This record gives sequence, structure tokens and C-alpha cells, in this order.
Amino acid sequence: MSDLSLATGEPPKRRRRKADMAQIIGFLILLAVTAAMIMPLWFMLSTSLKSTKEMLAYPPSFIPNRFEWGNFKELFANSELKFGQQYWNSLIVAGLTVVGTVLSSSFVAFGFARYRARLSPFLFMLLLSTLMLPYPAIMIPQFLLFTKLGLHDSLLPLILPNFFASAYMVFLLKQFFSSLPNEVYDAGRIDGCRELRLFWNLTLPLSGPVLATVAIFSFIWSWNDLLAPVLYLDSQENFTLPIGMAAMLSSKFRIAPWNLMMAASLLSVLPIVALFAVAQRRFVQGIVLTGIK
Amino acid sequence: MRATREGRREGRWFYFFISPWLIGFIVFALFPVLASLYYSFTEYDIIHAPEFIGLGNYRELFQDELFWTSIKVTLKYTFISVPLTLALSLFFAILINMKVPLRGFIRTAMYFPSMISGVSMALLWFWVFNPQAGLFNYVLSWFGVDTINWFLDEKYAMWALIIMSFWGVGGGMLIFLAGLQGVPESLLEAAKLDGSGRVRTFFRITLPLISPVFLFQLIIGMIDSFQVFTQAYTITQGGPNYSTWFYVYNIYINAFKNFRYGYASAMSWILLIGVLAITFLIMKMSNRYVHYEGGSSR
Repeated sequence: MSDLSLATGEPPKRRRRKADMAQIIGFLILLAVTAAMIMPLWFMLSTSLKSTKEMLAYPPSFIPNRFEWGNFKELFANSELKFGQQYWNSLIVAGLTVVGTVLSSSFVAFGFARYRARLSPFLFMLLLSTLMLPYPAIMIPQFLLFTKLGLHDSLLPLILPNFFASAYMVFLLKQFFSSLPNEVYDAGRIDGCRELRLFWNLTLPLSGPVLATVAIFSFIWSWNDLLAPVLYLDSQENFTLPIGMAAMLSSKFRIAPWNLMMAASLLSVLPIVALFAVAQRRFVQGIVLTGIK
Repeated sequence: MRATREGRREGRWFYFFISPWLIGFIVFALFPVLASLYYSFTEYDIIHAPEFIGLGNYRELFQDELFWTSIKVTLKYTFISVPLTLALSLFFAILINMKVPLRGFIRTAMYFPSMISGVSMALLWFWVFNPQAGLFNYVLSWFGVDTINWFLDEKYAMWALIIMSFWGVGGGMLIFLAGLQGVPESLLEAAKLDGSGRVRTFFRITLPLISPVFLFQLIIGMIDSFQVFTQAYTITQGGPNYSTWFYVYNIYINAFKNFRYGYASAMSWILLIGVLAITFLIMKMSNRYVHYEGGSSR
């Protein structure tokens, strides 16, 4: 054996075994943790397919005796829940948020990356400082403003601010735009490209991956947001999914419909899982670059 | 040398491109910050005009028991959940970075839950912590632990929320993993040759090199957990017996249930100052400990 390890240039045996020991322990810990992390997910999935009776049974079964697909149908069929409507509302809000955020943030980031003015360093610092501004600190005047504009109980207050750029996304995109080689822009100028076309025809097409990251994260933030929708939306048919789901707890069911709520949670996670499946690398990049989960 | 005319032209384009943000900043950030400062000196219920009462709201706040409760609750959650989550995510990142088998799968499986946030996550964990039919008590029963009434018991509700927060450990883990992979192999090799053990190498080389990542995560984590709302709104409604009466939930109740916009604005401003103070404090302290690439700390 020792001949073999010499021949393959492997380190001496004693050293290797020590490393292996740490690796094995680490691996076992990770396996246990992974199992613990997945278990709640499994519980969500299995509960969503249980009948009310089985859902309340103890000990809980890990695989439903009979798959109750009707739970998913019930969500859409039960007219008191308005689940379909709320799902649609959330899609509209998140969809338009993505459009607004991507367009406005890349526009602004282009300005910060490509042009200098006397105040540009100061304005960039100002932009960065708004990263720390907590939404609860500004929500009351925003709410009063939109209410006075007659936009209470409408989806607009959730969408509109996103068309004025998000500081996080501007920061992320500015870093990327600044890293593009200068020749790209010079070539464009020689061709007589006007500034807007420089942005639209040259910079954006080169920025596909980072724009995808921006799109994914603005979608998720909007999709999961609860506080702002809670402030603005009053009537059940205008609710976004998160409020609708929270409201299921306090609705008129005699027994809390955990199977329906788990089915709803599952459906609400679906778009995010789908995004993750097609663009896992963008997720990782986005998290690493912005430091936000 | 650039001609002034060229400079002015460039300046015009600069303001043209950043105008959406500039407008948004004024309307959706600057104006609200100043307006809430003004409202904080008034009694305002949206029906009647704001009535100026000077420091009245602040004076009332300092005698408001619920205000202090909400601060205690929020700080307790922050100071337990954030450091533990950070430590765990760093620990798991180190383990994965040891080139264990299946690490692609493990990484994804651990990161995946952190994508499930907001109400979906709150509902799921509310159900997992269900005293009668929930998963958590069932698993605990394998180890002989008696039924715990998690969210119905003021001794445990906060702990249930803290345990819940560990489920999001995967996001931080990814960030640390990226940081760890940025540590130059050559440095680690050199340390090894000098006879430095794993633990020593970690504390002397790896940790200082990833300290900026650590700092950033600490600040973001604290700011986030100052703003916990979803869990209180969805699961506990601040209870039982105010044991999860989070700060932002308190603002929400005062503004949007009791219609005391002035009073709530005063709390908003205190939150703003708190966030700035804690950020400043961490940055200040970190000057001593955080290592930045390319020389001494700034």
C-alpha cells in the first residue's frame, strides 16, 4: 500500500488518515443537518396531500395513506378563499416589479457607471446610505401619500416605487457596468451611437446574466413581501398571496385547514423553485454579490 | 484635458440617467423620512389635521410599557438569533469546504430552505410546532421530551422563532463558502509547512481573511432582525402575553390598528436612529478586528 501512495505521489499515510477523520466527521454532521433541513419540507409536502383526519393524527405519518389531491382543487374551487385571484394579484405585482426594477435600476446604474459630474461621488454615497433605510421607518408617510392619492386598496402602491430604481440593484449593476471594457463604449461612440443606444443596444445585451440576477431577486422580494401589502390592501379579492395565506388561519374553517395551508404554501413556493431550477447559478451569484438571502 | 463643454455635456447625461432614482429618492425616501419626523411631533389620525404636540409622543413613549417590551423582545431575538445563525453558517461552510462527498447536493439541500421565506415559511413552522400533530414535538418525543406548547407558551414562543430562523442558515453559508474559496491556497500551504495545525491556521489566517464577509453579514443580519414582522403578524400576533411583541409589529399596531400615526412615527424615527447607531458601532469596533486586503485596516 505504501508503495502505491508513493507511486501516485500521495502524502504520507499518517497525515492523510488525520485529514480523512475530520472529513468523515464533517460529512456525518452535514448529513444530519441536511436531513433536519429537509424534514420540514417533506412535512409540508406530505401534509398538503393528507385528509383532514389524517393530518390531525398522532404520530404524524410521513407518507399519506391516501393522496388527497382534492386539497389543491379545493384551494381554487373554494370561493371564500379567492386563492386563484390572489395568486394572480401576486403574479401581477411581482411581474411588474421585475420589469420596473430591471429597467429603472439598469438605467440609473448606467448613469453612475459611465458619467461623471461634480456631485456624482456624493450622490452615489447617498444611494448607498439608503441601503440602510428600514422600510418601517418610512412606511407611514408613504402610506399617507398613496392614500391621499386615492390609491388605497389597490396594487399600485406596491408596484409604482419599483419604477424608480432599487438601491441594491443599482449598486450591483453599477459594479458590473464599470467592469465592462472601455473599448466597448468607445467603439459605440465612433459609430455615432447616441448615448441612449449605447445603453440599450450595447450595454444591456452584454449584461444578460447580471440582469437575470436582478430580475430573480426583485421577483422573490416582491413575491414574499408581507408588510407593504398588509398596509395597503383591505379587500380579500385584492390581497396578494402572503396576506391571503395568513388570513386562512383566521378564516371561518372550524378546524385550521393545515392541509390546505400547506398546499397553498407549496403552490406559493412553486415559482421560486422553478426559477431556482432554471437559474441556480444566478441565485448563487446574487447571494454572494449582494449578501442578501 | 477635457473641455468644459464636454464636461457639462457629460454632467447632463449623468443627471438624465440617474433621474429615476433621484426622483424616487426624493419622493419615496427623503420626503417620508422628513415627514415622519414632522408627524412624530404631532397627534395625527388621518381624519383630523395633524396637531402639533412637541415632544409629547416621545415623552409618552418612554413611559409606555409596551414600547419597552417591544425593544426587549426585538433585542433578545437579535442577539440570540443573529450570532448563532452566523456561527452556524460559517461552521457549515467550513465543513462543506473540506471537500466532503456529495457536497453539491448538500449545498443545494441546505440552501434551498432559505428560499422559502415570508408567510409560507411562517405557516410551515407554525404547523411544524403544532403541539398535538406537529413534526417537532414528534421528533423530540424520540428523545423522550414531553409535549411543548411552543407558540402557546410564553416561555417557548420566542425560542420557536429563533429555531425557525436557523432554517435560513443556507444563504449565509453560501456567502461564507464564496469567502472561503477566495482564501489563497498558497497561504494555507505555507502555514501547513510551517507546522501550523488546522485550528490555528483557521484562526490566524482564514478567519482574518474572511472577516469583511463576516462584518457585512453581521450588519445585514442585525438590520434585518430589527425589522421582524411576518412571524409576529402570521403566527403569534405578538403573544402569548406579549412575549413576541416585536418592535415593527408594535409600530404597525399603533399606526394601522390604533390610527396613531404621530405616535407610530416617533417609533419609526427611533428605529431609524437605532439602525444607524448599530451600523456605526459595528463599523467602529470592526476597525480593530477586520482585515482588508492590501494593508492595515482603514
